[in-house]
Amino acid sequence: MIVMTKDTMQIVREQDVVPFRNRVRELSVKIGMSLVNQTKLITAASELVRNMLKYANGGKVMLETVSKNAQAGIRLTFQDEGPGIADVQQAMRDGFSTGKSLGLGLPGAKRLVNEFDIKSTLGAGTTVTIIHWKHGR
Amino acid sequence: MDRIPILKMGSFLLVTIQVDLYDRLALTLENDLITMVSRTGAKGVLIDISAVSIVDSFMGRILGNIASMSRIMDAETVVVGMQPAVAITLVELGLTLQGVHTALDVEKGMELLHSKIGITDEPEEDEEGPDDSND
Repeated sequence: MIVMTKDTMQIVREQDVVPFRNRVRELSVKIGMSLVNQTKLITAASELVRNMLKYANGGKVMLETVSKNAQAGIRLTFQDEGPGIADVQQAMRDGFSTGKSLGLGLPGAKRLVNEFDIKSTLGAGTTVTIIHWKHGR
Repeated sequence: MDRIPILKMGSFLLVTIQVDLYDRLALTLENDLITMVSRTGAKGVLIDISAVSIVDSFMGRILGNIASMSRIMDAETVVVGMQPAVAITLVELGLTLQGVHTALDVEKGMELLHSKIGITDEPEEDEEGPDDSND
C-alpha cells in the first residue's frame, strides 16, 4: 500500500466534528469516491470520532489517501489516550454500550467501511483504523 | 448561539435542517421543538432533512427522540427528504428509525400528517388563535 498524502487533526471538542467530517469529504471527493461511499465513510468516521470524544475526551485522527493495486482509498486512524476498552469483542457487538447510546457506533462503523481494525490497551488508549476504497470494495 | 428555526403553519411545526448538525445544536433543536409543541398545541411536526448529508447514530437517536416525545405530547412527526445515500448508510449502520414516519418530500409529508391527524381525531372546537400560549 502506498501512502499519497498524510494529515493530522486534533479532536478535542464536539465543534471539531463538523470540520473533521468536511475534511474527510474533501479527501474522498478528491480521489473520486462516489456519493454513497463518501456517505458511508463519513458516517463511520463520525461514529468513531464521537466515541473518541465521549469516552476519551478526544484524541487525534490521521487522514491519509492511500493506493493499493491501482485503487485509491482513504485511511483514517483514530488514536486516543483514554481508558481503553476492557472487552473489545463485546464492544464490537450490536447493542452493547457502557454509555447510554444505542451501541451501534463500533459495529456500525465496521459494517460501513472496507477495512476495520481496533487495538485497545486498558489504561493506555484505543486506536481504530479504517480504510474505505474508492469503489467501496 | 446557533439555533435552527421552527416555523408554525396552522397546526403544524416545520423545521428545515440546512446545516450538518453538531451535538449541541441537535439537542437544542430537540428541546426547542418539544417546547413549541407544548406551547402551540401543534398536532404535527415536519422535519425536512434534504440538506443533511450525514445522519449518524446520534442524529438518528435525536430524530427518534423527537418523534417519541412528540407522540407523548399528542403530535405526529414526519421526517422528509432523506437523501438516498443517507438511507443506504443508515440501514447498514443498523439504524432503522423505528417509530419515525417518513415521506419522500415536504408535500407528501404534509399529506401524511393531514391523513394521520384526520384519522386520529376530529379537530376539537377550533382554537387556533396565534397566541394561545400558556395553559
